[in-house]
Parts: sequence; C-alpha cells; structure tokens
Amino acid sequence: MSTRLSKGGRLIDRSAALEFSFNGKRLKGYRGDTLAAALLANDQMLVGRSFKYHRPRGIVAAGPEEPNALVNLGSGGRLEPNQRTTVTELFDGLEAASQNHWPSLEFDVGVVNNYVSRFLPAGFYYKTFIHPRPFWKHVFEPIIRQSAGLGSAPKDRDADRYEQAYAFCDLLVVGGGIAGLQAALVAGRAGARVLLLEQAAHWGGRAPVDGDVIDGKPAGDWVDAAVAALEGMENVTLRARCMAAGVYDHGYVLADEKVADHTPGDGRPKHRLWRIRAGKILTATGAIERPLSFAGNDIPGVMLAASVRDYVVNWAVSPGDRTVVVTNNDDGYRTAIALREAGLAVPAIVDARANPAGDLVAKARSLGLRIEAGRGIAKVKGGKRVTSVAICLQAGEGAVIDEIACDAVAMSGGWSPVVHLWSHCGGKLTWDTANACFRPDPARPPLNHDGGAMVHVAGAANGAMKAAEALLDATAAAEAAVTALGMKPKKAKAPVAEAVAEGPMEAVWIMPQGASAELKAKMWLDYQNDVKVSDVQLAAREGYESVEHTKRYTTLGMATDQGKLSNINGLAVLAQALNEDIPQVGTTTFRPPYTPVTLGALAGEARGEIFQPLRRTPMHEWHERNGAYFEPVGLWRRPYCFPRAGETHEQAVHREVTNTRERLGLLDASTLGKIIVKGPDAGKFLDMLYTGVMSTLPVGKCRYGLMCNEQGFLSDDGVVARIDEETWLCHTTSGGADRIHGWMEDWLQCEWWDWQVYTANVTEQYAQVAVVGPNARKLLEKMGGMDVSKEALPFMQWADGRLGGFPVRVYRISFSGELSYEIAVPASHGAAFWAALHAAGAELGAMPYGTEALHVMRAEKGFIMIGDETDGTVIPQDLGLDWAISKKKEDFLGKRGQQRTFLASADRWKLVGFETLDGSVIPDGSYIVAPGVNANGQGKTQGRVTSTYYSPTLKRGIAMGLLHRGPERMGEVVEFNTVKGGTVKARVVNQVFFDKDGEKQNV
Amino acid sequence: MLLIECPCCGVKAEETELSPGYEAHLKRFGPGSTDEEFEAYMFARKNPKGVHFERWRHAYGCGKWFLAARCTATLEVFGTYPAQVGEPPADIIEKIKARRPDWKGYK
Repeated sequence: MSTRLSKGGRLIDRSAALEFSFNGKRLKGYRGDTLAAALLANDQMLVGRSFKYHRPRGIVAAGPEEPNALVNLGSGGRLEPNQRTTVTELFDGLEAASQNHWPSLEFDVGVVNNYVSRFLPAGFYYKTFIHPRPFWKHVFEPIIRQSAGLGSAPKDRDADRYEQAYAFCDLLVVGGGIAGLQAALVAGRAGARVLLLEQAAHWGGRAPVDGDVIDGKPAGDWVDAAVAALEGMENVTLRARCMAAGVYDHGYVLADEKVADHTPGDGRPKHRLWRIRAGKILTATGAIERPLSFAGNDIPGVMLAASVRDYVVNWAVSPGDRTVVVTNNDDGYRTAIALREAGLAVPAIVDARANPAGDLVAKARSLGLRIEAGRGIAKVKGGKRVTSVAICLQAGEGAVIDEIACDAVAMSGGWSPVVHLWSHCGGKLTWDTANACFRPDPARPPLNHDGGAMVHVAGAANGAMKAAEALLDATAAAEAAVTALGMKPKKAKAPVAEAVAEGPMEAVWIMPQGASAELKAKMWLDYQNDVKVSDVQLAAREGYESVEHTKRYTTLGMATDQGKLSNINGLAVLAQALNEDIPQVGTTTFRPPYTPVTLGALAGEARGEIFQPLRRTPMHEWHERNGAYFEPVGLWRRPYCFPRAGETHEQAVHREVTNTRERLGLLDASTLGKIIVKGPDAGKFLDMLYTGVMSTLPVGKCRYGLMCNEQGFLSDDGVVARIDEETWLCHTTSGGADRIHGWMEDWLQCEWWDWQVYTANVTEQYAQVAVVGPNARKLLEKMGGMDVSKEALPFMQWADGRLGGFPVRVYRISFSGELSYEIAVPASHGAAFWAALHAAGAELGAMPYGTEALHVMRAEKGFIMIGDETDGTVIPQDLGLDWAISKKKEDFLGKRGQQRTFLASADRWKLVGFETLDGSVIPDGSYIVAPGVNANGQGKTQGRVTSTYYSPTLKRGIAMGLLHRGPERMGEVVEFNTVKGGTVKARVVNQVFFDKDGEKQNV
Repeated sequence: MLLIECPCCGVKAEETELSPGYEAHLKRFGPGSTDEEFEAYMFARKNPKGVHFERWRHAYGCGKWFLAARCTATLEVFGTYPAQVGEPPADIIEKIKARRPDWKGYK
C-alpha cells in the first residue's frame, strides 16, 4: 500500500493539515502536497479508468507528463475536467472526482471492453466507419458513446475571472531548474532584461531530489542562493506557476500563469495569460523519463522511477512497501537508494543491461540491494494493484525465472529531453545514440526575424542529463544568447556540481526483446488512449509507414498528454517493425500548447458584455430606454425595431412601416459610413473609384454611386455629395466604412501616389437622422431655422443650416420612397437632436423605426442592399444598374473585369421582382427550380431569392431575386423550393412594387 | 506572430497591428489589356518558398501601406520600404543576395 512516511518531505508543511475529498471520501493532506501526493498518502493508487478498455489506472508520474491521474476538479461554476492531479496543488476543501467510469471507480461496466479488446484493434474506428455502415450506426456508435469520453463538461458559467498581460524581455528563460537558474544568473549579470518562468510552484527542478551536490553543498542550498541572487537583480523577473505553452514567430511566447488555482475564490484572477515578446528564448525545460514496455506495465502501482523518488523525497510519500526497480540506466538506482534510505524495501533491481557499473550501482551493491543484471520483467501481476513481478532474461522470450512479490514497480527507460518549445517554430532535432533520445540540433534552430537563432537550449533539455554537464551547458548557452543579443557576459565563477560516474544506458524498447505476441498485447505505450505495442506493430503490418499516419491510425500520442510518455517508445517500436532506424522514422510534429491551456485563459476578459468592442451611436441610450430590440451590424448595435407592450417584433415592424408611409418615421442612420475625399485630384480619383462620374457633380448636389472591385463585382454603394470645389463626401454602407476607407488609401498610397487627394473617415464624427414620411417637411418647418421647401431643397440636393438651433447638414435623399431628409449633426449634438425631433414630432405622429422597417420599405421600392442582392459574384449589370455605370469613362476600377466574356454576356442571372400567386412570403434562401437534374442527380436551378418580406403596405409577400435572363421573362410563373419540401409559385414582375413613378418622394 | 518594422513611422509592429496586402510590385492592367495580361494581373500570384515581396498596411498604427521583403520558409525579414517605388531598393536586393546566394531575383 502507499502511505505517508513519518519523516521527511522537503515540500510539505506538516503543521498545516488540509482536508479534501476524492469521490466524496474525506481525506487529509498537507500544505505543499500535490493532489497526487495526497492521494497516494491516503493509499488511493487507483484514480481512473482508461479511455478504450476501461482498465484500472493509477498514478504514473509526478509532473505534467501524467497520462492517467486526471480528475474532475471542483464543482458548479468551478468544475474543471481532465485536471492532472500531479500538478494540482492541494488546498483546503478541494473536491476531486475520478473520470471515465460507470457506475463506480471500483466496479466499472465498461471494463467488458477489455475482454473484447481483440475486437477493438488499432484503426478500429477507421475500419468500422468504412463497412458495414449500418453496423457502425446502430451497434458500435451507441456503445462507444456510452462508454467513451474523459471528464464531464462544465454546465455552469465559469465563476472565475481570467486576465491577460504583456511582457517584454531580452532573454526569456523557460524552466527554473538548476540549468535555467544558472542561465538566468549569467544573463542577469550581463545586464539583460531576463524573464524566468517555472511551471511548478517551487524552484530547482530535479537536482535537490536527486541528491546533487553543487559547490560542495546540497543542490537545494545552491538553488535558494541563486533564487535570492536573481530576486535581487532589478533586470530579472521570476515567475513561478507559469507554464510557457508555445513559442511562435519572431520571439512571441504564450505563457499561462496559474495565479489562483490553489486559492480559489480569493478574488484574484484564476489564470493570467502572458503574451511575451522576447529577444531570445532559452529553454531549460529538462527531460521526461520514459516508461519501459513490459506486459502489465499499466497496472496501478507501476510508476516512473524518478517519480517514485519525487514522492518519497518531496512529499514523504511511499508508493509501496516493496518496490521492484526495473531500469536500463543508472538513474533508476537513485530511486532504489532513495527508497532504501527512507526505510522501505527494494526486493530487487532488475537491470536490462548485462554489466551495470558506475558509482550508483556500486552504492546500491554496498547497501546490499539485489541486482538482477541482464534481466527484464516478463509480466506484472495484479488487478487494481501490483502484487508481484515475474522476471526473465531480457535477451529471451519471456520464460519466467523468478517471481518477486511487491506492491509497486519503479521503471526507467531512459530520459527524453523536453524539446517541444524548441520545435514549435521549426527547430530540428538530432538523434543522440548514447542517451537514445532526440535532442535539439544546434545547427538547425528556429529562426528569428533577423535570420539568427531564436531559441537556445540548455541542460537536460539539450541532452546534458547530469548536473555537472547541465550547469556547464547552461553557462555556455546563456553566454551565447547574451552575446547574440549584443551584450557582454561578465566573468564569474561558474558553479561546479560533483561528478557522478554513471555507466552507459542501453536502449530497451520491448521487454523482453523477444516477447511473444500475447505479452506484446499487454505492453502499454499510451496509457490514456490504450495503445499497445501490438497495435503499433499491426499498423506497420497494415502498411502505415509514416509516423504521422500511424499516430492517427492507432491514436498513439493523441490523448490529453499528447504523447509525453509514449511518443519515443511508440516510434521506436514502429521503427523496429519497419526495420528502419529511429531517426529515419522521425517524430510527429510538436505543436503548442505544451500542456493544455484552459479556454478561460485564452478568452481572458473578453466574455459577456465585453466579448468584443461595441460601437454605439450617440442615440444608443435613447434606444435602450425606449425598448429597442437590437441587431448586430458589424460591431454596431442597431435597433431592429421598437416593440411596444404586447407587440411581437413582426407586428412592431409592420406598425413602423405603416406609420412611416402614412405619417412620420425617424431612423437613427448614424452608422452610415461617411468619408471625406478632398484635394485637387479628388474628382479624378472618385471617377476611378465609382462606376459613375463624380467629378461633374455640381456643388450642392448628391449622386448615387456604385463601387466595384477590380474583378468587376459590386462591393459597396452610397450617395456622394459635392461639398465644395475640391471636396466630396462619400456615404458608404454601415458595415463598409472602414473597408472602403482602406480601399481608397490602398489606391492612393500604392498606385496613384502622385495624385493630390486626402481622405478622412468621419463616420463617428456625425450623428445622422433620417426624417421620413409625408409629415417630414412639416416637422423640419416646425423645428425652424432653414428653408426646406421643394424649391429651396429639391430631391438629391443638400444644404447647411440650423434646425431648432442645431447646426445641421440636410441631405434630401430617400431610401424608402417617401419624402425624406437625412440630417447630419456633429456627434455631440446627436442625442439632443434626436430627442428634439421626437418632442416636436409627437403631434405629427413621429415614431422611431428600426433596420427591419428600413429593409421592408427599400424592398417595396426595389432598392438593392449590399450583402442581400450582392454576394461578391454579382456585377451592377446583373442588378439592372447599367444607368449608374459610365459608358464614356476610359477606365474605372472594375471596368476591365466586367469586360470578361462571362460577365459581359446576357446569359446571366439578373434581378427581377417576384409576387407569389397565393400572396405568401417566399422563404429566405429559396432557389428557383429548373427542369432536369445535374451530373450529381440534383435538381437544377435557374435563380434564387435575395430579399423576401411581407409588405404591410401591399399586404402580401414580395421578393427580389436573381433569375436566369430575368428581365426578359416578365409575367412568367416560376417555382421556388422550400426547406420544408414542396414549392412556392411566383410571377416574375418588375422589382419596384410601390410608387413606381416616385410621386411620394417628389413632393 | 511576425514582427515587421513600418518604414513610414518606424514602429516595430506586431502582426496584429498590420493587415496583409499580398504580392507587391504588381502592374495594373485596365481596359485595353489582353485577357492574358488581365488574368496575370488579377489571379497569377507567386507563391515562392523563399524570398517574397509583399504589401502590408500598418492598419492599427500610422495607416500607411508599405512593402516588405521576407523569406516565406524561415520568416526572416530582409527589409521594409515605402510603397511608392517601382522595384525593391538596391540595399535590400544586396542584403537578400548576401543571405540567399541562390536567389534568382525578384521578377
């Protein structure tokens, strides 16, 4: 059983006992514990079930590489699934629950999958997806949906807040072990701005656990002194609990700081996401120990050897009373020695090497430990906990020599440098034969904007596995990085770690090397996704040669741990099966994030009301007070309608249309784009931009204009007003102002940069109100201050003046077909002007109307709307707008594009109106069906609806749409399909449904 | 996330401050051009693995368009220069030749 030792534990505070619960059971731990350490201290080795076979799973590791010990943490608004217990700091009141089991952790129904495992081989999903189809849908899918899945998704709103911050530094050092600390010291002394990140809550990494001696003192003392020295430097910032998640182009790094994971509800942000821009990055991210592949290596109680040592030394937790160590390197002996020194039994050290030698081996011998050289584990026995191991010759096929009773197994298959951050931006790896691992290739680093190395690497992450090597490597790497930054490293005495003579490791990918198929089917590579040696070998037999394909076929390394333990073992097995060298097979691609980053941190403060910036017109508050129902238009929020008590939105829209047509409507048109174009060449410029002629527009007049892109397709429209000899004001669509302003600047800066033209986007400088309806003039006359008569201000003219004391510019334009004035006032006057119009207009029947009434009225008049009638494939000629295209101009943007044969052809879908025979409204998105079927057997189409509404004015459905050669087919009846099935019959008509001669607006 | 210096205002701008404008040094073909010329202007874009000339706008900064010479494979930026030129400046050409001896020129 696993238990808490009576003495020791360098990270725990025995005076601070904490209570927590696991699956409802109340348990005790200490401050400084991880959840995993506290669970082991309470003999809770079984913590979950595997994904596919629902096999019992125990804690394997002591760090972020943990594949098994994932829990649902917290509850309600603080529930987080898939939290790794090995990096979760214990706090008082922590609630955890195990995952992926039903009905309970101890008794799980899904484990039947284990007994049918031979029917769930590698590529199971692919194979059953293919054939037979019905079998998948009715048999496999329901079973898999019931039993698969990790964790449960939170249902409540996140109770915590998250924030994001920026940081800049010359050198970013990732990893607070001895290599990272030494690198930071070198760079800090050289005067560089240094940011040092450590994912754990404490500094020093493995060295203090491994018993290293630096400058004649325990490594822990050196670490404390180094941290104190760094904290004393003004140019150095240290950040613990901060995980560098990804390295991106040109020194950009994302890091996730777990500010309050261990103090939930204390008011601080839960996480802080750092966006760091670093001159250079130095990764001292250490190495991860590899499991060994022997039968039963997934049974709870089988753990990584160094992690066993971590639990003993850091948290005074014994994973078992009797621990068998199995290793292919000297580091495993450290665990045996640590266990023995803690007073625990180590029945045997099973060493795959024939002749282990070195300081640690000698020490183990002197302690009287039994060393089984040249041996391996044939099989681990046990169900929910290890009970014994059977040992065999490593060179053989697994014939059992001896069986040793034990309750834990500590395995070490060697170490893999953490190369993730090096690789994220294209750093290449090289195979290190001596350590049987990939490490960064110094000749092929990821590059910065200047073509120099962006990432440097030091310590175990660089393959310098021993403390003495790591410190030397860190000094050299930091000096190189600082020099590359143009600074000079200071001379200082480098710390020296006591050398430990270690014998060479020996790569072991399968234990025993000649294992039978039956044994291989119980050798786990990926614990979380249940991928075994036999699965990878099957994939190879089925022709999967690329490591990327094998990964996806077998799901090796695709679990939440992203293959931190399984990757190298898996590709070594694949290489063997393909009879190739490991470097030839290569690795899968390392992608950010290094460990999962919660979505809350990525969203930061951008949620709820401040999800995105909102644009509000000066009248926005009035709209809110008056019950407006808003719709998004780009980042603007515009009133869709103003429903009154008891009204549906549809009824409100109908009332607004009718009132505007019969009396008086007021529209907040402030969002309309307004761009000033000014200068000696402004007229020439606008003639290039618009399809029509703007240079000849007289001062004081307005003209409707169309803009196309170079391909000829319609992109925006609006009314242009000539302000003075050199100045035009261009109105754009509400959503198009910024885009069109950018478009103008593009041509002025990059193509016609010698033309003297200045543009300014003044959209937000003016509030604009459309005063619309038969009583519009009466209202302005009542406001008083300027002549707005038909004679003084005819249709398509504008005038400056004052109305009711407000400085105004009045445009006599109409998008509704009614008598209409669009009145611009400086934005600061917008709210007051709007209120004044309502006050004065009350007796004239004034009502506000929203965007939907605007749409209905423009459709009744057959006016097009950019985005409804256009979709980037429509030219103005398709919409019958030939009158707005100059035939005289030699050139304008889009002219050459429109001359292309397929656009110049008459054989196109063109705009017409539609009246349903039964008066109903054609559904949005309907297509006009044509006889026959296409090559895919689908019904042919000959057009589609673009705008369709119920017209309260005409009391029937009206629509506009594009129909093949539409204008030539007036009076013809066509059929629209509907989503529900069946068709709607409609007659082709002119798209102007209301007041064809414009009598209402010309008064 | 790229870091590109705006030659107009001198700010070392992050990619999020910039909007891309695709290939630089295009010659516009308007009315009177052949179908082939127009097609090449409109659609035939270079997509090199290596040295490339691009248009960028410092959209959330000074608002100016500028041009950049960049390696699409390593993301090395050789230099940036104002948009009001017909071809890349000589010093940038020299720099690219020094860094990429095999480079065949910008055309």
